Amino acid sequence: MKAKHQRLTLAIIAVVAVFGAGILAVYGLRDNAALFRTPADIAAEPVPVGQAFRLGGMVAEGSIEEQADGITIRFMVQDAEAQVPVLYAGITPDLFAENSGVVAEGSLDTDGVFVAETILAKHDENYMPPELADVDMGRDISQ
Amino acid sequence: MHVFANPTRFLTIARPLTPWLFWGGLLLTAAGMLTGLFRSPEDYLQGDLVRIMYVHVPTAWLGMGGWTGILIASVMQLVWRHPLAGIAARAIAAPGALFTALCLVTGSIWGRPAWGTWWIWDGRLTSMLVLLFLYLGFMALAAASDERASIGRIAAVFGVVGAVNLPIIHYSVTWWNSLHQPQSITLSGSAIDSAMLWPLGLSTLGFTLLFGGIVLLRMRAIIADIRIEARLRRMAQG
Repeated sequence: MKAKHQRLTLAIIAVVAVFGAGILAVYGLRDNAALFRTPADIAAEPVPVGQAFRLGGMVAEGSIEEQADGITIRFMVQDAEAQVPVLYAGITPDLFAENSGVVAEGSLDTDGVFVAETILAKHDENYMPPELADVDMGRDISQ
Repeated sequence: MHVFANPTRFLTIARPLTPWLFWGGLLLTAAGMLTGLFRSPEDYLQGDLVRIMYVHVPTAWLGMGGWTGILIASVMQLVWRHPLAGIAARAIAAPGALFTALCLVTGSIWGRPAWGTWWIWDGRLTSMLVLLFLYLGFMALAAASDERASIGRIAAVFGVVGAVNLPIIHYSVTWWNSLHQPQSITLSGSAIDSAMLWPLGLSTLGFTLLFGGIVLLRMRAIIADIRIEARLRRMAQG
């Protein structure tokens, strides 16, 4: 075997081993590297009251309601399986809207309501001009 | 590839190619920026904010493309001892780091109004920051090597090992839930409307040519450096 071929074989084995190790490491990380828990995750594995975590999902349609104090809003975060009510007092990001993604940082209170300290809007992968959005999405963009 | 084992032969092609790539890239980048700013529509949700995409997306791709180049060059040096491989890897590192940093900065500026935060430790943002640190580490390792023409075995191995991060960046938005959106452009099509896709294509082509031009310029500068040193050594001995 020529030295060049020996080095090539070694390099291929090393690359396969390194990428294998990378995949194993990522596989081991998969739950811990998730940014947020979805309502379904919480239904399956309840989070203790008062423990800080991130809740992510879609803002349910028609669920955003302003509370009596004028600064607090209440809305439902949902996924395909479950819903969690959220209370938040503060300014929401521009892209925060019903039917769009949201990530909230906070904790659950004793009533099972998620009290958020921070609200982050999650943008999806769709980019289009406003005149197409009406046709394609049937979404009200006037608000 | 061994045609280019002789640097002189490489230079006969690289020299006339450099201005075409560099100035052509600069021109197309400017055209991409102008169409992105003035000739493309607002987004239905983000408004004018969408225009950051025309810098953010090409720089992200090139940051990752740069390390793909370092991976190829590292393997070519380790296995075939190609004399230009180390020079290419050295030349790629700085613009690769620059484009990765540009991607992080523009993403952060976009994230503040769109998401409501400058930074979040989600899979995509974290793995992209790791890529920047990999570039910085690679530059330090390559600079520590005594050889001017090669990058040294440790830097080459680092170039191969660091490439593990590339699939992690790419799949970070698929494997883990994240704040960063999933990819818009996949093999099955694009979720970006064509009115925004063509300025993006223009600026991507421009940035890519510019990147290539910078790499060729730096490779020529490194080769010239090596030759000057060799000549000075000969003069000192003679």
